[in-house]
Amino acid sequence: MNYLKKLLAILLAMVMVLSLAACGGNANSGSGESADTAAIKIGGIGPTSGPAAIYGQATQHGAEIAVEEINALGGIQFELNWQDDEHDPEKSVNAYNTLKDWGMQVLVGTTTTGPSVAVSAETNADRIFELTPSASSVDVIGGQTDGIPRKDNVFQMCFTDPNQGIASAQYISEQGLGSKIAVIYNNGDAYSTGIYNKFAAEAENVGLEIVSVTTFTDDTANDFSVQLNDAKNAGADLVFLPIYYTPASLILAQANDMGYAPKFFGVDGMDGILTMDGFDTTLAEGVMLLTPFNADATDEKTVSFVQKYQERYGDIPNQFAADAYDCVYAIYEAVQATGITADLSAAEICDKLIEAFNGDFTFDGITGTGVTWSENGEVSKDPKGMIIQNGAYVGM
Amino acid sequence: MNLLLNLINGIGLGSIYAIIALGYTMVYGIAKMLNFAHGDVIMVGAYICFCTMSYLPLPGAAGTILGIILAMIVCTVLGIVIERLAYKPLRSAPSLAVLITAIGVSYFLQNSALLIWKSDPRVFTSVVAGWPGLELFGGQLRISAVTIVTILTNIVVMVGLTLFTGKTQKGKAMRAVSEDKGAAQLMGINVNSTISLTFAIGSGLAAVAGVLLCSAYPTLMPTTGSMPGIKAFTAAVLGGIGSIPGAMLGGILLGIIEIFAKAYISTQLSDAIVFAVLIVVLLIKPTGLLGKKINEKV
Repeated sequence: MNYLKKLLAILLAMVMVLSLAACGGNANSGSGESADTAAIKIGGIGPTSGPAAIYGQATQHGAEIAVEEINALGGIQFELNWQDDEHDPEKSVNAYNTLKDWGMQVLVGTTTTGPSVAVSAETNADRIFELTPSASSVDVIGGQTDGIPRKDNVFQMCFTDPNQGIASAQYISEQGLGSKIAVIYNNGDAYSTGIYNKFAAEAENVGLEIVSVTTFTDDTANDFSVQLNDAKNAGADLVFLPIYYTPASLILAQANDMGYAPKFFGVDGMDGILTMDGFDTTLAEGVMLLTPFNADATDEKTVSFVQKYQERYGDIPNQFAADAYDCVYAIYEAVQATGITADLSAAEICDKLIEAFNGDFTFDGITGTGVTWSENGEVSKDPKGMIIQNGAYVGM
Repeated sequence: MNLLLNLINGIGLGSIYAIIALGYTMVYGIAKMLNFAHGDVIMVGAYICFCTMSYLPLPGAAGTILGIILAMIVCTVLGIVIERLAYKPLRSAPSLAVLITAIGVSYFLQNSALLIWKSDPRVFTSVVAGWPGLELFGGQLRISAVTIVTILTNIVVMVGLTLFTGKTQKGKAMRAVSEDKGAAQLMGINVNSTISLTFAIGSGLAAVAGVLLCSAYPTLMPTTGSMPGIKAFTAAVLGGIGSIPGAMLGGILLGIIEIFAKAYISTQLSDAIVFAVLIVVLLIKPTGLLGKKINEKV
């Protein structure tokens, strides 16, 4: 027994030494980079591992391509530092502090809603400009009556949750996709509940009949037989899924097992389902979702972005990648317009960018043209309907 | 018809809880300790099977069978190692210390899995993919192949364990150890190897449970085992912890209660109802449904 204990002690000691060495390595590389002052330091945060990893990887990759393109143009230079937050608010704030120590001047992030609500409170206090590619809750930007006060330094590149819910109801009704609607949503998740509430309100306005509403939480996200049976028995011809892709993949598989084949309609959380490791993409055949980005579009910018993305990362970019790409370009154009230089402090840059975004700054990107921002931080652009055909997103 | 359908779904979910609960109850019955790491051994088993099926160039069935066998071997070894390193030194420590250690082992396994396999969810290919389910009433009722296989596995495991502990020499030794370690040792039973054997069997069962869990609900993450683990523990307590038929009964009942609560009361309250039922059962029958009442000897 004694030698086992010794072995364990040695092992633990080795782990400690290794982790210390790792810390040292990070610190060195950080100080090395800060010597270079010519570039504006862009921080990025998103879950590159964890249950929402597909989003964080996409936003990171999209931002990397944009930064590379901008730096190749000469002129204003950007330096991107991306941190993983595993879709965890606490880890996200840690990642933010790491970036602040590094000397970040503008934040592109965070990618997911929960962490973003936490981090945007910090950036607001520290006066660092934040443009999130995909954190869609109104709590990220604040400014709702009886909610979190407006965080004037935070803007969104994606639609807000209420807008997604409203736009989905309108789209379903305009396109005549279904008349009897079932909804399955995660009542333990602000994103999902937020979209559902607005969807339900708007559905009534546009004359959609909601015949079945069922919920789940992260703890019960295994078995959806009851929810699907409820929808089936209520005669729903379209199931609206304002949820993330991980539970959505289970719902699709179980609906298929029970031989229930309504139309499935998702929102941006559905994006990413096709790139899940081991997912049978035939299950997602015919699934519709509302997103601002269509990888099939034939305009020059989209074609070039999709091509570069595929060459480097082997995937077709989803809207998260496109949103992050647009975020970096929007910052770039606003920086040019306001004459920001790399030697300004984060707070000075923040004030100038807020003024630009609140002013008449418009932006043409791959997720929309003539994009503008309202003073409450919401973006204004048109959603596009997409359908999954032969394992790929196709514009509707 | 709807009632019947919910019943079948409940049995399907419950059979998964039952097979996990069998491992819990087995270890508790013999070693008298709650092995909270059981849920995470399940997750390791599922990952081993997933990796074998995905990364070894073997055709369908051969890969699946090898995957299950490898998962069982790895989990059995893992179970023995955990017992040796984490629990054996605490054999005479108060039970609270062992409980905390078990929670520690659980976190250790989860975080190791996070390092090895990362936390991106994987989609597990069902080991019975392509097998036809059972259709009743002209296709109105479908029982999936996974449910049938899980229930059959449950019955085989339950009967096997009952016979093993009742009839074989090793099994009798286990029961003796569970009654009184000291006396068993005096009778010439090797207590340490008996407890190791218990962990080996419990962890081997965990591997099977992991494969079946992920065949039914195919998202595989490092945290996959924790919630089903807690539910299965509840099932084991409901059925009477330590009782092998009790674990199966408790598991299936828990699944049925959960599905019925979702279907007829509220999808939002299902977990609250499940645990409320547990509390009520324990108030009325503190040893669980099939638990033996042991009089405290003075």
